[in-house]
Amino acid sequence: MHSETVAQLQAGLRARKYSAVELTRSLLARIERAQPALNAFITIEAEVALAAAAEADRRLAVGEAPALTGVPIAHKDIFCTAGTRTTCGSKMLANFVSPYDATVVARLRAAGAVVLGKTNMDEFAMGSSNETSHFGPVRNPWDATRVPGGSSGGSAAAVAARLVPAATATDTGGSIRQPAALCGVTGIKPTYGRVSRYGMIAFASSLDQAGVLARSAEDAALLLAPMAGYDPRDSTSVERAVPDYLATLDQPLKGLRIGLLKEFFDQGLDPKIEALLRAALEQLRLQGASLQEVSLPNLPLSVPTYYVVAPAECSSNLARFDGVRFGFRCENPRDLKDLYERSRGEGFGAEVKRRIMTGTYVLSAGYYDAYYLKAQRVRALISADFARAFDSVDVLIGPTTPTTAFELGAKSSDPVTMYLNDIYTIGANLAGLPAVSVPCGFVDGLPAGLQIVGPHFSEARLLNVAHRYQQDSDWHRRAPEAYR
Amino acid sequence: MISRPFFRNRSLHTMSLSRRDIENIAHLARLGLSDAEIPVYAESLSRIIGLVGELDHASTAGVTPMSHPLPGLTQRLRPDEVTESDQHELYQRNAAQVMAGLYLVPKVIE
Repeated sequence: MHSETVAQLQAGLRARKYSAVELTRSLLARIERAQPALNAFITIEAEVALAAAAEADRRLAVGEAPALTGVPIAHKDIFCTAGTRTTCGSKMLANFVSPYDATVVARLRAAGAVVLGKTNMDEFAMGSSNETSHFGPVRNPWDATRVPGGSSGGSAAAVAARLVPAATATDTGGSIRQPAALCGVTGIKPTYGRVSRYGMIAFASSLDQAGVLARSAEDAALLLAPMAGYDPRDSTSVERAVPDYLATLDQPLKGLRIGLLKEFFDQGLDPKIEALLRAALEQLRLQGASLQEVSLPNLPLSVPTYYVVAPAECSSNLARFDGVRFGFRCENPRDLKDLYERSRGEGFGAEVKRRIMTGTYVLSAGYYDAYYLKAQRVRALISADFARAFDSVDVLIGPTTPTTAFELGAKSSDPVTMYLNDIYTIGANLAGLPAVSVPCGFVDGLPAGLQIVGPHFSEARLLNVAHRYQQDSDWHRRAPEAYR
Repeated sequence: MISRPFFRNRSLHTMSLSRRDIENIAHLARLGLSDAEIPVYAESLSRIIGLVGELDHASTAGVTPMSHPLPGLTQRLRPDEVTESDQHELYQRNAAQVMAGLYLVPKVIE
């Protein structure tokens, strides 16, 4: 059962090949077995999951079952779940139990999905290796000495190791696509505003977006369908109809205009990854797509722009953690100032503190114009570059990451080296664009990812291109040897 | 209020942040740092500010700063109506110290 896709599980459950309880039990056992090696989960919800599975079986028996009834999934521990703790990978929230559900959680439950647990992540989603989690690093199922990527490393490792067929994730600068690439799974970051951020713990509010990690574009579409759509509780949620992602999945690629991002095929890219990309592009060309090189001259400024905007927004968002209303409080505070300073100093980890301080600095008196306004101007230039490119092409394709998964500890001592790992993913966040990462081969036994970026609200087209590629390749079906 | 100039006057980006700068930033952010943490952050924040300094090369004269990731969209407002009921007991379950429906903090006024 663990090797079946969401689509296969839907059919299997409806045909009563296995019950939702049997399926849930089997995957819970896999999660428990894998936990010491991978540490993909922060909280495993066995009892809640089995009760939900029993309910799913009842609904399946009477034929009143919505699309995902009985399908097991996991949530990144950034989504608030009423009744079970939501930690965001931080000591600050280690005992936090949300009074309400995130919209993403409520919608997937309404669609029938059974939640097996909450996945590990970089603290407050700040990291590219899952090494900043208060609950310990996640390991890559393809090689346990290597990182799974981040910040949605737990969700990516869980999907890659066949612990769940799909999981939710979030992406502020690459946190869905980069771990998707490093773990050999499929990930979609939708357009900003497509999926509600209500109940999703905020990192950088103009960049954060929820999405899916799954083993195929088809499965990603199956989960995104109920997640997407207008939510009056998120003021940035866009009122716009959600197209039927499944209906266009198999559409032929004839006439598709692909832009090759010149700036992405530059010196920093591993030549072995480039060779895999060229082969994938040739497959798409043979399906009828045309290829042309496209230049986005301001794109190389994505990383410095992001490292002003994201920390600035983070320093403001994380001001709410004051040790008073919720979250960690230090022992025996001397006075209110001591309460604030020690609760925050002891409750946040090193990378979160670094980003809060970077943000505080760039927003401080006398520096706001030079850093924050300057960055928002460059952001407008980057966004305009993308808009211009989409006048002549339908999608842009490039690598997801410059290298395959690196070893634990290899970059954790130098934040700037770690930040540069997101060089290919950040642009889509700055411009609010949707993007997909799909497996496109292996370099020395480690998976590599191909990234497809499209205009605002082009999720259906991106999933279509990804699906057609996956009809013509089997990289996404490969499983790590220890988890087959 | 912080009096200006808060940080020592010097050219942007090429600088390295001092121990005193880090203490000032940590104070603004209400982050308690240990003595050992300060030089570590001085080093890494200096490097980050150096990275960010690449923005100087971009010509942005006449460019309007981006205010929303989706062009033409602004933040939606909702009607000013009460939509939530009183659930303070539920919300206060996550608080470290509560008494008689109030959040407790160390004494502020002597």
